[in-house]
Amino acid sequence: MRLSRREMLSAILGTPLASALAACEREPETAAIAGGFVEPSMEVGHRLRDAAPRDGDFEGAPVTRTEVAIVGGGPAGLSAAWRLARAGRDFRLLELEPQCGGTSRSERDGGLRHPWGAHYITTPLSDGGPLVELLDELGALSREDARGRLGGQEELLVREPKVRLFYRGYWYPGLYPRVGASDDDLTQLARFERRMAGFAALRDGRGRRAFAIPVDASSDDPELTALDRISATEWLKREGLTSTRLHWLLDHACRDDYGLTLEHTSAWALIFYHASRMDPARDNDADVLTWPEGNGALVAHLEGAAGGRIDTGQLVTTVVPEGDGVRVDAIDWRSGKARRVRARRAIMAAPRFIARRLVRAGLPAGSADFQYGAWLVANLHLRGRPRSRGHEDAWDNVLHDSPSLGYVSATHQRGRSFGPSVWTYFMPMVDGDARAGRKRLLEPSWQDYRDAVIADLARAHAELEPQVSRVDVCRWGHGMIQPRPGFIWGPSRWAAAQPVGPIHFAHSDLSGIALFEEAFHHGVRAADEVRAALKEGPT
Amino acid sequence: MSGVQNRAPLLFLTVLIIATAGLVYELLAGAIATTVLGNSLRQYSITIGVYLFAMGVGAYLSKFIEQRIAQRFVDIELAAALIGGTQGLLLYLAYGRADAFGVLLYGTLTIIGILVGLEIPLLMRILRDDLDFKDLVAKVLTFDYLGALIGSLVFSIVLVEMLMIPLERIGILFGLLNCAVGLMSTWVLREHIYPRGRLQLRLKGLLVGGILVLALVYSTRLRIVGEQGLYPERIVHVEQSPYQRIVLTSDSSRLSLYIDGNLQFTSMDEYRYHESLVHPAMADAPAGARVLVLGGGDGLAARELLRYPDLGSVTLVDLDPAITDLARTLPGLRTLNGDALADARIEVINDDAMVWLDEARPGAIAPFDVVIVDFPDPNNFSLGKLYTRRFYRLVREVMKEDASLVVQSTSPLIARKSFWCVERTIASVGLHTVPYHVSVPSFGEWGYVMARRTHFEPPARLRADVTDGLRFLDDAMLPGLFTFPRDMAPVEVELNRLNHQVLVHYYSAEWAQVN
Ligand SMILES: Cc1cc2nc3c(=O)[nH]c(=O)nc-3n(C[C@H](O)[C@H](O)[C@H](O)COP(=O)(O)OP(=O)(O)OC[C@H]3O[C@@H](n4cnc5c(N)ncnc54)[C@H](O)[C@@H]3O)c2cc1C
Repeated sequence: MRLSRREMLSAILGTPLASALAACEREPETAAIAGGFVEPSMEVGHRLRDAAPRDGDFEGAPVTRTEVAIVGGGPAGLSAAWRLARAGRDFRLLELEPQCGGTSRSERDGGLRHPWGAHYITTPLSDGGPLVELLDELGALSREDARGRLGGQEELLVREPKVRLFYRGYWYPGLYPRVGASDDDLTQLARFERRMAGFAALRDGRGRRAFAIPVDASSDDPELTALDRISATEWLKREGLTSTRLHWLLDHACRDDYGLTLEHTSAWALIFYHASRMDPARDNDADVLTWPEGNGALVAHLEGAAGGRIDTGQLVTTVVPEGDGVRVDAIDWRSGKARRVRARRAIMAAPRFIARRLVRAGLPAGSADFQYGAWLVANLHLRGRPRSRGHEDAWDNVLHDSPSLGYVSATHQRGRSFGPSVWTYFMPMVDGDARAGRKRLLEPSWQDYRDAVIADLARAHAELEPQVSRVDVCRWGHGMIQPRPGFIWGPSRWAAAQPVGPIHFAHSDLSGIALFEEAFHHGVRAADEVRAALKEGPT
Repeated sequence: MSGVQNRAPLLFLTVLIIATAGLVYELLAGAIATTVLGNSLRQYSITIGVYLFAMGVGAYLSKFIEQRIAQRFVDIELAAALIGGTQGLLLYLAYGRADAFGVLLYGTLTIIGILVGLEIPLLMRILRDDLDFKDLVAKVLTFDYLGALIGSLVFSIVLVEMLMIPLERIGILFGLLNCAVGLMSTWVLREHIYPRGRLQLRLKGLLVGGILVLALVYSTRLRIVGEQGLYPERIVHVEQSPYQRIVLTSDSSRLSLYIDGNLQFTSMDEYRYHESLVHPAMADAPAGARVLVLGGGDGLAARELLRYPDLGSVTLVDLDPAITDLARTLPGLRTLNGDALADARIEVINDDAMVWLDEARPGAIAPFDVVIVDFPDPNNFSLGKLYTRRFYRLVREVMKEDASLVVQSTSPLIARKSFWCVERTIASVGLHTVPYHVSVPSFGEWGYVMARRTHFEPPARLRADVTDGLRFLDDAMLPGLFTFPRDMAPVEVELNRLNHQVLVHYYSAEWAQVN
């Protein structure tokens, strides 16, 4: 059944926006715009779920021996590999996709580099630790300000103008809709910011920051973790913060970082978003580091460090303790051939919803508490820049009344303000029920998505469609772990991070917050656990 | 039942469209008044007040029309179509002539208001005998107000915001609609108009429609004529490139170039600017020097460079091919730059200077002896990036060990913080700086920063073989350029970085005070 344009727009963009678009807009001419779905091997994943191979399939399969088997080549798995490589350990990493990176994957070959998911990290606040080591390897940091403090290299720090907002027919600088804001709105905004600065400066009895990246470095003081049990909406109510504009701003933040609306986000996570990135010593937000291909640049560096010990296109089906080590069964899905890896230790760096199916050992309860948001990412390839009214083109371009988050421009950081570009358009499915969001994500056709994305952006850019040559769409069914109330400081997350026999776990899921830094932290932690175990254990 | 009764729905449609168009004319006047005179609150309230008052005058005047009411009604509609439709264009034509603009704005607004104010009372009188009066008044007024609502919504949301149709075209489109309704009225009200009158009206209608169509076709060109009002001399060339709006003006004594409305040079004193930009940096250049010019697509800096008989080569990187093409083809400009860009020693590259420097690394560009940076002032972020630490680091990488750099750095008098911000930012990448300034009458007091990798003294003399040809600089005046009087002395500033472009903020604040 083919939906009418109106029905299609309202399914993807929501009814109010769809009616506004249908009522007063000429239909963009999109038929000539090429593209398609470009996404991870969902099919292969489903094959695993529906027809799990049996042990018999692997009898007599070729065996690889190694010290450590790493399952999953996203940032977590690659970080573990990096840590082991730097420590001179032997390992083998198996990744399902033809390309490493997971949700930090990017397009690097030919044309303009651009991300498919993650696009930035925050400059670390303290000078030290493995993350700083990694970023120094990349030459991403500088210590040349007058006091020798840590900062990012200028060319990697997002270039001004960083963000602009399309609001009532006009682009404005910044994210907060200041135009028309009442005194009360502005007072509440200032009060909220002061509150966050207070949280950023707060230390517990042991001197830990109340809110720090990674989550594991944050204080577990019960008074603070109690904030995880209520929703962000509830907390704002208690604080008497009622301004609609402030709520819009914070709702945008939650949708942007967590794929959740305010009412489904934990209050702790809302505060974490703001306070963990603030540097009380400098009294401002830490700067954001970005590359044209987003966090794909970090992925590429980590991959290089692994030095050829990565096999892609490997569907891991089973991870099971065996003898005094562990056995990993996998299928090379391009050839259909089975293989086995025997290792002394394994690091599971696949998301929890997959890990729970692969690992055959007594996993702790609570895997079902890991909930994931579905995400749509569309890359629009532009021949030139369409017009816009108001503030200059920025890196992050947000539309006020859109279910999407707007788009990030791949050429901004290069300094190219004219000519071809790629815009990465993000839209989380913020449904209250995560499964419903996943279902909704998969329903529309590619054409529907192409037309909806263009209709949404054409409100802010006249003559957009003639500039668009292709629209590639990626649907991330389990795009991001969601910090719903109760998850981050509940029991399941902590339990899932504990090793089970020779099997260790690493993934950003284990933080409850999908950030590169979190994935990196767990990768390094798991690698260090393994190194310690290998030193102690029998050889 | 009379024919008119049958056609009642069409009549109400007429009312609706008259009202919609009337409101659009009023809003248009308000919008254009705001762009030209500023202060939107005042402009909108005055235009609305004047317009409503004029409508009242029209309603009053309607009582003096006693004969051939229907015919007059159509006449009035056509007149409203013509004047209302072309008002926007007329206002743009008067752009830049502040005195004439006000008269024209309120004059046309009053006439349109009177015409629209005449329409409804006349129409009601025409229909008095055909329709039930109570019903008539109710319906006519309902449609009248409904039309106003539609007009305001369609104008602001659909036409301006969504479709982004230029204002003057919106006016013409509604004029055409108004005219079509006028023509339709000659048929709807045919029982009320003599056949000869009908024919006359239709011819008039076609004439008005024709004028409006012509206005639509030529609206862009006519707007340029209006743009002329913004410039003191005759426009000889206008071009909208993908990057910027380029306007060249000239009169008997001078040629001037404007980019996005900002003066880039005027031939009367540009030699002061370009001699000062080029020759101090060239004073110690070796024979066969390799020179890099960033910006400067007008070829005037290149002209100064070509004075050096032993010049090696010049690489000129300018973003906009439209500018370098003009410098090669426009006769007035070719005369001024001595056809510099046709010289075999000059290679022209059209690219963003920062991207060019960045992508050519590492080591792909042979280093230069002299680098001349001549960009427009940092009045937006895409220009501001060409004044950042990152940019000067990239420039430093293509400078030979003893190379000289010079950067045009806006006015140290008017934009003192901006000037010193540029100077400090250059110094912050490990270059030694020597700032200087000259007076360029059409710009004011103007500043430059010279820089090198190692410590150096300001040049004491220019190259002897070029001084003869110069009109401004000589050795005697050189020392004076390097001292800064108190009102231009250094001030405390932050550095300009890509991620925090303080310079763009300094610059817009400082120039806002003089403009
Ligand atoms: C749209 C979007 C935007 C984002 N933006 C940002 C951002 O700007 N900044 C930021 O820090 N974070 C961002 N994130 C989150 C970020 O992508 C994650 O934090 C990060 O990629 C997580 O890394 P990971 O290694 O924990 O997991 P993943 O990236 O999920 O990697 C898991 C890997 O395991 C592999 N795998 C799964 N099953 C198997 C199997 N059976 N066999 C073998 N391999 C398997 C997968 O293919 C994948 O490569 C974004 C996420 C999304 C969806």
